[in-house]
Amino acid sequence: MEKLLKLLNENARYTNEELAVMLETDAETIARKIEELETKGVICGYKPLYNWELASPEKVSALIELKVVPQAYAGFDDIAEKIMKYPEVESVYLMSGSYDLAVQVVGRTFQEVAMFVAKTLATMEPIQSTATHFVLRRYKDMGVELINEKKDDRGNISL
Amino acid sequence: MIDYKKVINQNVLNIPTSGIRKYFDLAAGMDEVISLGVGEPDFLTPWHIRQAGIKAIEEGATRYTDNLGLVELRQAIADYLKRRFDLTYQAKTEIMVTIGGSEAIDLALRILISADDEILIPEPCYVCYNPITSVSNGVVVPIETSKTDNFKLTPELLKQKITTKTKLLIISYPNNPTGAIMEKEDLEAIAPILIENNIFVISDEIYAELNYTDRVHFSIANIPGMAERTIVVGGFSKTYSMTGWRLGYACGPSALINELIKIHQYAIMSAPTMSQYAGIEALNAGDEDIARVKEEYNMRRRFITDGFNRLGLMCFEPKGAFYVFPCIRSTNMTSDEFCERLLSSQHVAVVPGNAFGASGEGYIRVSYCYSIKHIKEALRRLEQFIKTQSL
Repeated sequence: MEKLLKLLNENARYTNEELAVMLETDAETIARKIEELETKGVICGYKPLYNWELASPEKVSALIELKVVPQAYAGFDDIAEKIMKYPEVESVYLMSGSYDLAVQVVGRTFQEVAMFVAKTLATMEPIQSTATHFVLRRYKDMGVELINEKKDDRGNISL
Repeated sequence: MIDYKKVINQNVLNIPTSGIRKYFDLAAGMDEVISLGVGEPDFLTPWHIRQAGIKAIEEGATRYTDNLGLVELRQAIADYLKRRFDLTYQAKTEIMVTIGGSEAIDLALRILISADDEILIPEPCYVCYNPITSVSNGVVVPIETSKTDNFKLTPELLKQKITTKTKLLIISYPNNPTGAIMEKEDLEAIAPILIENNIFVISDEIYAELNYTDRVHFSIANIPGMAERTIVVGGFSKTYSMTGWRLGYACGPSALINELIKIHQYAIMSAPTMSQYAGIEALNAGDEDIARVKEEYNMRRRFITDGFNRLGLMCFEPKGAFYVFPCIRSTNMTSDEFCERLLSSQHVAVVPGNAFGASGEGYIRVSYCYSIKHIKEALRRLEQFIKTQSL
């Protein structure tokens, strides 16, 4: 299972046949294992990994640190669930350390993201403060290097 | 005008220029070449090993070492060989650190060969044994191994080539270019013949760690009576992706190591000091690195073998090293034609099997020191190639 997850994490578009060959099993077994992982919720989805700098239209994203007053009985869950419903929000994490929630917001422009923070997030009652950090450049995302793909410097043939 | 041909040693002049030179040149002039031709790991040296090298430089390890190599490194080699392959060598007297496995092979051949000695070389094999033998006035006696025997050296093949002049056998398993291995039983079958005929062995075990069977690599030196007539060659290049560090070793009876050191001390002095420190780190803390790259190579091996078999270019199952050796006879082309046309029409570079000896004709050597993505693209182009050729 672990090796299967590692391969899918490397490339979710490997066919079952390809995975089977690499893991020395058959395609049916792979299909069954993947279904099992999906049913259990270990695999929650498949998405391409975009390099937004090259995508059109370009998008901007920001990491927002939120300090939150925890609510009685619900702690941080209620507010987190509220925030995650917004389509602008890519991810929401509860954090240890100097702030509570980390929210990744994606928009078309810096302005759009800033306005979402100011008007929507900052005005929510349990939120004490926000700090917005815009992503200026992605060097690596989800384990994939997005810049300077290193050329093979080994030449073409050696013995 | 000096006629250089009259000045240069005749044995050197007689060394043919590498048969694959033309592919180098052809490929170098092309854009977008997808190569499966490189016999060198695509991984970089693991970071902790590089750090050990950096630290050594920072701390001033910039002088020669003992001619035999750092004693800590020799001890680490002895411990490693014991731990991984149950081989017993004394660090102080039976191990010498060299500049890659290549130097160890060179020296071992030079100290053993006298003029007109016959040297048995199973083919297909790595390309350096023949020229070095010839330069030492030895006589190369190729033994043609075949797919029928899974490219192993069988007792029958061996016996056919033994004469009173036979001095030495060079074996290299796991094998470049075929990926063949010789198991304990295979080696036990030939050992008595070697002992009976007083034949020495150079066992080039550079790919020892890349054995994909359930059993670990078995060295011929482990067979009773063989260690005393065998020089085992090992190295760091393939195991720890350390090709550029130039570090290897020779192990054998002290009486032979004492002779190796004579040439080494005059020609080389000592292997690069900083590399030797990196080597200590590799041997003492690198077992996990080996497991990681082996797992990755193994996955690629299955992927590429399956890919070639699907194309109808049948591969025998390579159980070691990082090469597959598909048969291309079904295309009615020679190895050279196949490689040349593949390169010019699809810009895919592979090495013709006959570059590794006459018995490699009808095969190509394909390296899987490449990412799956890269291998997939190469296989796609190969499929295209096969289709257009059969039209």
